[in-house]
Amino acid sequence: MPQVIGVPKEIFPGEKRVATVPDVVEKLRKLGFSVLVEAGAGEGATIGDDAYRAAGADIAPDAASVWAQADIVFKVRAPNADEVAKLRAGQTLVSFIWAGQNPDLLKSLAAQKATVLSMDSVPRISRAQKLDALSSMANIGGYRAVIEAAHAFGRFFTGQITAAGKVPPAKVFVIGAGVAGLAAIGAASGLGAIVRANDTRPEVADQIKSLGGEFVPVDYVEEGSGVGGYAKVMSEGFQKAQRDTFARQAKEVDIIITTALIPGKPAPKLITTEMVQSMKPGSVIVDMAAEQGGNCELTEPGKIVTKYGVTIIGYTDLPSRLPRQSSNLYATNLLRLTEELCKTKDGQINVNMEDEVLRGATVVNSGEVTWPPPAPRLSAAPAGATPPKAAAAMPAQKKGHGHGGGGEPASAGKTAAMFGVAALVFLLIGAYAPVTFLGHFTVFVLACFVGYMVVWNVTPSLHTPLMSVTNAISSIIVIGALVQIAPPAVASVAGEGARPDDLIRWLAVAGIALTAVNMFGGFAVTRRMLAMFRK
Amino acid sequence: MSGSITSVAYIGATILFILSLGGLSNPETSRRGNLYGMLGMGIAVLATIFGPHVSLSGLGWILAALVAGGGVGLYLARTVQMTQMPELVAFMHSLVGLVATVVGYASYIDPTAAAGMSPAEAGIHHVEVYLGVLIGAVTLSGSVIAFGKLSGKIGGKPLMLPARHWLNLTMLVLVLVLGQRFLAAGSIEQGMLPLYAMTAIALLFGVHMVMAIGGADMPVVVSMLNSYSGWAAAATGFMLSNDLLIVTGALVGSSGAILSYIMCRAMNRQFLSVIAGGFGSDGGAPKTAGGAAAPVGEVTSVSAQETAELLKDASSVIIVPGYGMAVAQAQHTVYEITKTLREKGKNVRFAIHPVAGRMPGHMNVLLAEAKVPYDIVMEMDEINDDFPATDVAMVIGANDIVNPSAQDDPSSPIAGMPVLEVWKAKTSIVMKRSMASGYAGVDNPLFYKENNRMLFGDAKKMLDEVLAALRA
Repeated sequence: MPQVIGVPKEIFPGEKRVATVPDVVEKLRKLGFSVLVEAGAGEGATIGDDAYRAAGADIAPDAASVWAQADIVFKVRAPNADEVAKLRAGQTLVSFIWAGQNPDLLKSLAAQKATVLSMDSVPRISRAQKLDALSSMANIGGYRAVIEAAHAFGRFFTGQITAAGKVPPAKVFVIGAGVAGLAAIGAASGLGAIVRANDTRPEVADQIKSLGGEFVPVDYVEEGSGVGGYAKVMSEGFQKAQRDTFARQAKEVDIIITTALIPGKPAPKLITTEMVQSMKPGSVIVDMAAEQGGNCELTEPGKIVTKYGVTIIGYTDLPSRLPRQSSNLYATNLLRLTEELCKTKDGQINVNMEDEVLRGATVVNSGEVTWPPPAPRLSAAPAGATPPKAAAAMPAQKKGHGHGGGGEPASAGKTAAMFGVAALVFLLIGAYAPVTFLGHFTVFVLACFVGYMVVWNVTPSLHTPLMSVTNAISSIIVIGALVQIAPPAVASVAGEGARPDDLIRWLAVAGIALTAVNMFGGFAVTRRMLAMFRK
Repeated sequence: MSGSITSVAYIGATILFILSLGGLSNPETSRRGNLYGMLGMGIAVLATIFGPHVSLSGLGWILAALVAGGGVGLYLARTVQMTQMPELVAFMHSLVGLVATVVGYASYIDPTAAAGMSPAEAGIHHVEVYLGVLIGAVTLSGSVIAFGKLSGKIGGKPLMLPARHWLNLTMLVLVLVLGQRFLAAGSIEQGMLPLYAMTAIALLFGVHMVMAIGGADMPVVVSMLNSYSGWAAAATGFMLSNDLLIVTGALVGSSGAILSYIMCRAMNRQFLSVIAGGFGSDGGAPKTAGGAAAPVGEVTSVSAQETAELLKDASSVIIVPGYGMAVAQAQHTVYEITKTLREKGKNVRFAIHPVAGRMPGHMNVLLAEAKVPYDIVMEMDEINDDFPATDVAMVIGANDIVNPSAQDDPSSPIAGMPVLEVWKAKTSIVMKRSMASGYAGVDNPLFYKENNRMLFGDAKKMLDEVLAALRA
């Protein structure tokens, strides 16, 4: 008996998204599930019931029958009290929950003895990027924020010189270069505006540049990367320097888009009333953090207000204003999650709490609160984050590499053991070896280290010339042959036989000739090779 | 020239050698690095000849030997094909090994060498002689075998003798026993026999060690032998109490060892298991081709004309060269194609796997010879993430380094080895002579992928046709 995935209509006022789309319905059915969609669920996203039916979904007349028949419920917005009441034991709910902000909701969900997976709790690791709905929604939000700003802004974005006069390009300042910020930078520069952006994490500067923006640094040194690629709360000194930077920008730019959020905390107030007053009349602020209280002091969540001649847009439903697109991406995120839940493709889900991604997403497991999850095992390595290729791309994770400091540092125990052995060896040598030997030995050990240091950072393209030159240098062994060929006469020592001069000389001559091949040949061939390397 | 001046000259030579190695780590400074090396060597040789250890009566001999050997060396350097570089380097290593052995013998039979030494010093001197000859002999025979393998005179497949680890261990024990006999010998004549026997064993060991290493591991072996030749020089330095030899030998030895280590890491191999001979554990030969996980699907082959069409439609192209390009001497045609595509405004880059070819950096040298600018030649780490955004990935005579089973199939002999992810490109084209498997003897599922095309034939001939079609 395949499990039923139910998709009720979103009942939050103004919400136009829907948790699945016909394309995804087909793929869910291929995984072995049957899909039940409430009549009219896709209306907001202009998807008719017939389209769902054509994709193989069943249409339920009302929400109650969806909740009653479904084994798994897909939603976008967190459920309200009515919906929570419909949740039954053994049922699985997948939607945004915002467990950190809604502890009461979490408790009431747990009371229903159901299992709840929260799309906002999916860990931000490489493997989980395909089901990272926060990113896909933020991407849409960032794009829409620019569109809203353009709508409210009384001028062109792009600079033009026309018969009717010259139009200067609009200047856009984006605060926070996360996914939403980057999407906004991309969209705004695509429209032709001059885009500047700031972020507390210095490593995103390259990503900003890659999308056509200009990074505006804050003149204060502090690393702002927190766990999981998010920003963290900054020190007082930094915040002051940051306010100064923003105040300067506010006077210059036409449009400010703020996206600064810190997980689990109210949004930082970055744009003060004075800054708004200093802006040119007709300027626009889009506050994408409005839902968490807003980055601007004058923001009114959910509304457009005009204060001191500046339009402040505080919409909290930016993704929902692009319903078709956001439904598509969200539905795909849910599909990827379903694939993780149903590895066997037999229409039965398995919430495997050993799996890092599923463990992170699960906030209630059969009535037991499992939020917050244990800390992610690896954070997005900030230093190596690659710039996204397009507005939609997530800052991918990449470990720092390179031969230099690339290797993992050896564990303390191992290092201690190595030092111990080395100390023992040196002690033995020191105890038994004569002084003359020790001088040579010192030189030997030091030279080994020099060789090691010198070669560590060689570029791979030069491996062959390097080998060839070291080979040529190893012809230094010629000295061994040279000193034997005709040493100055030494008074022969009593008891020893005479020195077999001829034999030694022949051996030495042969040695010199052979090394000469190596010496001249080695350097010459290295030269020949190196002459070919050119830019 | 007094002893002090010789010492000072030696210090100068040492510094020049260090600068030389340092300079070689970057293309910008590499030429100067080579110059430093030559200068250092010149100073060292002159200082020795005119130093206190050489009397003028030997000058004629020295000059004759230097001219003869130098002439041969320069001739070789001038005439060698760039594709034969690995062989040449291996051959030269064998010379260093041979000289170390010869010098060791000469030092042993020279009664004045140990004159005036205390018993402890004489003992140490003998140990040094013994070690010098041992390392020299291993380097000699190992390099000769490596030379044979690289030039195709000896088959590339690893020779896996039964109980080879025991064999190696037995040889080691024998060498130790003989060493004890050698040290206990009362006179030079008595010591010769253990020394001869040890030399024979060391030669055998060198042969056996390199024979057990497969063709794919040859780059590591070449760089390892390089390191051995350095250690041989260092041992000779101890033997003759010559600091310059010790320092330079140690420099070469440690840099070679580090280089081998870097390469091993790139191939996900254990450094020790390569050094000890033979790759992998005692599991014996790698699984033969087409084991349980034989790839399924159809191979789509294309003509040179179609390849040219694909390249014309692409806006970004990554070329992955392998040993096949070296064998077919196709690097110049590759460059012409690159030039043509770049003139059409396409983004053409090269992706070099760390172990592509038969020695470290082999591909870079070939591409440099063909005048490919080195800033479009990328390392694997730099370019691997770019394949998904690439239209065409063209693989020229490479196989194992683009084998997806290294990632997908944990039972594959090359599992865990980093590979170039060409299959993530929109289309990949593999140029090969036939469907034969690579050096590791593993079938390649890449050939059966839906977005892969095979262009069969000699790489040079096919690329010439592609070039003609591109220019048409």
